[in-house]
Amino acid sequence: MDLESLTAREIKGLIERGQASAVEICRAFQDRIRERDPEVRAFLHHDNDFALDQAQRIDRMKRAGEPLPELAGLPMAIKDNLLIRGLRCTCGSRNLENFVAPYNATVIDRLASAGAVFLGKANLDEYAMGSSTENSAFHPTRNPHSRDHVPGGSSGGSAAAVGAHMAAAALGTDTGGSIRQPASFCGVVGMKPTYSRVSRYGLVAFGSSLDQIGPLAHGVEDVARILEVISGKDPLDATSLAVEVPHYAAGLGQSIEGLKIGMPREYRQSGISEPVRTRIEAGLKLFQDLGCHLVEVDLPHTDYAIATYYVIAMAEASSNLARYDGVRYGLRIPGQGDLSGMYRETRDAGFGAEVKRRIMLGTFVLSSGYYDAYYLKAQQVRTLIKRDFEAAFQEVDLLISPTSPTPPFRLGEKTNDPLAMYLSDIFTITANLVGIPGISLPCGRTPEGMPVGIQLLGKHFEEQVVLNAAHAFEQAGGFDP
Amino acid sequence: MKIDGARVDYIANLAQLAVTEEEKRELIGQMNSILDYVEQLNRLDTNGIEPTAQVVHTSEQNYNWRADRSRPGFSQEESLGNGPATGSGHFKVPKVISEK
Repeated sequence: MDLESLTAREIKGLIERGQASAVEICRAFQDRIRERDPEVRAFLHHDNDFALDQAQRIDRMKRAGEPLPELAGLPMAIKDNLLIRGLRCTCGSRNLENFVAPYNATVIDRLASAGAVFLGKANLDEYAMGSSTENSAFHPTRNPHSRDHVPGGSSGGSAAAVGAHMAAAALGTDTGGSIRQPASFCGVVGMKPTYSRVSRYGLVAFGSSLDQIGPLAHGVEDVARILEVISGKDPLDATSLAVEVPHYAAGLGQSIEGLKIGMPREYRQSGISEPVRTRIEAGLKLFQDLGCHLVEVDLPHTDYAIATYYVIAMAEASSNLARYDGVRYGLRIPGQGDLSGMYRETRDAGFGAEVKRRIMLGTFVLSSGYYDAYYLKAQQVRTLIKRDFEAAFQEVDLLISPTSPTPPFRLGEKTNDPLAMYLSDIFTITANLVGIPGISLPCGRTPEGMPVGIQLLGKHFEEQVVLNAAHAFEQAGGFDP
Repeated sequence: MKIDGARVDYIANLAQLAVTEEEKRELIGQMNSILDYVEQLNRLDTNGIEPTAQVVHTSEQNYNWRADRSRPGFSQEESLGNGPATGSGHFKVPKVISEK
């Protein structure tokens, strides 16, 4: 079976026509995992029988002559901060090493109803905090295109699983670029939807005003199909909004002639490396050839975005991670016998260095005497950044940039300098601050063969416009311009 | 320098984190360098600018409140299933009330 070319539509077609069973397809991906994962290490844990049970359910439907659902038999990797009932959910942390999810995340329920098969749980930076997947408490993941390079993060396991064809698609989560940047590093498509588009019930919270769940796959059409399934209001998540969900996949294939695409002037100064610049210029030219109007726009507060993002993300993280106290679930270290000692020893043993650093900084910026100077200030600058984007979107339909200023970096290259790691997020974090949808698409390779990604950002709830432009780019050969 | 050893101890106490001497030395350097970087926000005049706490919940019509009805929840067994120490249908914790 040629796993490289299998799309969701083809998998469903193979099963419908009786050319392959869901079990055979599932087994083929499990064989690939056995072959490739000892090197890539994209998965934290996988349960072959659990996946085969789901595939058998699809085969039973087929035998009974029932219509097959949209994603029938689609083998997926799920980031290990999303709950699947009965499976462990570790968040890449020692703290949750033995935590077994008592319920399904809403996205999991929806994907299961649509016929998807969950192969296993994908590696991530601990609690999704990081840009390289090196902060996983268990092991780093390697880039499927080069074992010396990182897959990006924090959804590095999800992106690497898809990039190495160990899964046909994956779910990741994106708080500051954690779907788009690893998609870019691993040469796949990854989308962060509008804030509130997808229910977060059953996602372990990191930055509650920033987090979104989204799909990764090889093609835009699969991303559109998965997004359509997981989007929409959920009574179990009050932050999900009742905004109509279009048929994203059916809406693809429209001409993008006349579309106005903005290139932020400020991004020129953001240290874009030469091999990335060359590929992005080729990508821009292709959009022009497709009849798009490329115009320069201003995002004057770009320089302040990273500082703003990290103050807000760390404050929210310190608040969300207060729940890990060793009482109801997770690790417990009894300490010296008193309650406070138990909390401290538990949290000390359970959290890694990056998570502790963010809890400390988040606690500091929220503490009495510093709240106004840091947290409130960052929230005010967030308003200015939001206004920049509102003004830009008066002029254009989409914004375009590299996904990351550099190609994938080497393992260990940035682990000793947290600030350098944060600075590499410059092009992705604003979409989270502003809440808009964004997609990363493959856009050729560097001379060394490492993938480059190009990013499109759209207006709130205009995923269709983003996907359609992405699809036109893909169809015109943009993934290898 | 905003963060010194005493400040690290104070914040660690607020955050209920134990911090070793070695971690403390590292945190002082890293926290100061990150806060120095954040300092650039002060170059902006934000007088009278509304803070943004969340981004898209602007219109009431987007909310649909769910009915306030009781729904089945987790059984006691499920709820306690991940507890690191349980007994008699409860989570067990160290003694909270002092004998003095």
